[in-house]
Amino acid sequence: MSTALLIARREFSSYFRSWLGPILIAAVLLADGILFYWKIGLDQKLLSAQVLIEFFYNASGPTMIAAVILTIRLLAEERQTGTLILLNTSPVKDRDIVIGKFLAAYAVLALTILLSAYMPAWIFVHGKVAIGHVVVGYIGLLLLGAAITAIGVFGSALATSQVVAAIITTVIALVFVLLWIVAKASEPPLNQYLAALAVHHENFRPFMQGILQPSGVIFYLVFTYAFLFASVKVLEARRWQ
Amino acid sequence: MIEIQELYKYYGDQRAVGPLTTNIERGEIIGLLGLNGAGKTTTLRILACDLLPTSGSVKVAGVDVVERPDDVKSKVGYLPDRPPLYEDLSVSDYLTFAARLRGVPSDKTAKLVAEAVELTELGDVAKKIIGSLSHGYKQRVGIAQAIVHAPDLVVLDEPISGLDPVQIVEMRELVKNLKGEHTVVLSSHILSEISETCDRILVINSGKIEWSGTESELSLALRQGSRIAITVRVAGVSEAAAQARASEIAQKVPGVSSVEAANATEAGPGIASITVRGEGDLRDTLCRALVQADVGVISLGREQELESMFLELLGESGEGAPVRRKKKRRKEGEEAPAAAPTEGGAA
Repeated sequence: MSTALLIARREFSSYFRSWLGPILIAAVLLADGILFYWKIGLDQKLLSAQVLIEFFYNASGPTMIAAVILTIRLLAEERQTGTLILLNTSPVKDRDIVIGKFLAAYAVLALTILLSAYMPAWIFVHGKVAIGHVVVGYIGLLLLGAAITAIGVFGSALATSQVVAAIITTVIALVFVLLWIVAKASEPPLNQYLAALAVHHENFRPFMQGILQPSGVIFYLVFTYAFLFASVKVLEARRWQ
Repeated sequence: MIEIQELYKYYGDQRAVGPLTTNIERGEIIGLLGLNGAGKTTTLRILACDLLPTSGSVKVAGVDVVERPDDVKSKVGYLPDRPPLYEDLSVSDYLTFAARLRGVPSDKTAKLVAEAVELTELGDVAKKIIGSLSHGYKQRVGIAQAIVHAPDLVVLDEPISGLDPVQIVEMRELVKNLKGEHTVVLSSHILSEISETCDRILVINSGKIEWSGTESELSLALRQGSRIAITVRVAGVSEAAAQARASEIAQKVPGVSSVEAANATEAGPGIASITVRGEGDLRDTLCRALVQADVGVISLGREQELESMFLELLGESGEGAPVRRKKKRRKEGEEAPAAAPTEGGAA
C-alpha cells in the first residue's frame, strides 16, 4: 500500500505542476456556480431543499466530466511517454499502480467537489435545509465521482494513447449513465436490472434528496471495485502479450 | 549471475526470441549485438521482468523471473531505449522516486541518490527539471535511475543511441565505471559502439545467439576471407593495361581466390583499381608482389571495415534479415534519406 501511496503522491503533485489541475478545478467550480445561480435566478420561490436537490443534480454533470478528463492521462500517458516501464520493472504490484493512479485522480476530484461546498453553505445560511441532506448529497457526488474515475482508470489502462483513452472512457461512462433510458424502453424484469445498473439516474437520485440508502452505497463501491479490478487484469494481461 | 536456458518468446505466431541459451558471470560487461528486430530488446525486457517468456527459464542471481519477479526486479536496473523519465520532475526528485519505487528505505534514499548523481556526473543539473535537459543528460538520468537502488544487474538498451561523439565517449566511460559493482548487459546494433566497452559480445540474430566471444575473437572470425581494394599506377600504359597487369600479379599470389576489376578511385594516366578476394589477411603479401613487379601501389586496404562485415555476416546468415534490412533502407530512404547510410556504412 505504501507503494500505491508513493505513486499517488507523484501523480497528485503532477496535476498541479501543470495547468490541468488548477484549470479543471476552476472550470468545474465555474460551471457549478453558473448552474446554481441560474437555477435560483429563474425561480426565486423554490424551497431550500429543492434548490439543494437541483444543486446536486447539476453538480453531477461537471463532476462526471471532470472525472473523465482527470483519468485520461493516468496510464495512457505513461504508456505513450514510455514511463510505464519504470513502474513495470520495479517491484510494484499491478494493483498498487492502479490504486495509486486512482487515488491521485480521485483526490483531485474530491477536492474539486468539496470546494463547491460554499454553495450549499449559502443555502444553509439563507434558507432552511438539514445538514444531513448536504452531507448525504456530497457522499453521493463523491461515490458517483469514484465510479466514473474507476471507469477512467480502466479506459486509460486499455488505451495506447490519451485520445483512445478519452473515447473508451466516454463511451463506457455514457453507456452506464444512459442505461436508464434503455431500461425505460425495456420489458420487465430486464428493465429493473438495467435501471439498477445505471450509474446516475436510479442510484444517484436518493443521494440528491438526502436519502442515504445502503444499496446505493454498495452499488457504487462494487461498481468502482469492479472497474479497478478489471484495470489490474488489463495490466497483468499486457505482460503476457 | 544470469542463466538463460532454452528461452523462447512469441508475439502471437511470430517468434521474437529463441532458442536462446547462455550464461553471464557476475561483474562482466556483456554487449548484445544485432540488427534491429534481432530480438535484443525482447531479451532485455525479459531480463528486466517487463515481459514474460513464452517458455524456457531465465534466472538472475539464482532467482527465476517468472516465479519471483519482484525479487528479480529489486536486483535489476533497466534503461529502455527511450529513458522512462518524468519530465516535469527535477533530477533529484525523479531519482528519489525511482529509488523509493525499487524499495529503498527512506533513510537510505538520499545517500544512494547522491551516489548515483556522482557516478553519472549529474551534480550540476540535479535540481533542474528533466524536461529542460539535453538528450545526453537525459540519457545519464536514465542510467542513474537504473543504478540508484544499487542493483546487481544493470540492463541498458541502446544506451549510446542518439548521442553525439563527445557524449558517446563520456557514456562509454560511464558504463566502464559500472564494472565491478554491477554486472552490465547492454545492447546495440552498431559494433563499434560496444566493442570498446564490453568484456564479451553476444551476436544475436533472429532471436538466437549466432556467436559469442571477445571483440578480438569476433574481429578475427569476421576478417577471414575479407576483400582488399588496391589502386595501382603503371607508368607509360593505359588504365586498362595497368588493370590487367595488376590483376595478373595478384592472381599469382598464394591464397587469392578471385580478382575483379573496379572503378578507379583516382584519375590519372596508368592508374587503375582492382578488388582481390582471398583467404586471411593478404595485404602485406599483395603489396610486396606488386612492388617487386615494379607496379606502383597508390592505396591498398580492406574494402570493408569490421562493422560492415558484421552486418554482411548477419545479412547472409539471418532468416529474413536481408529482407528486413531492405525494407528498413527503403523506409529510411522515404522518410529520411540522410539517415540511410548509418546502418551499413558506419565503420
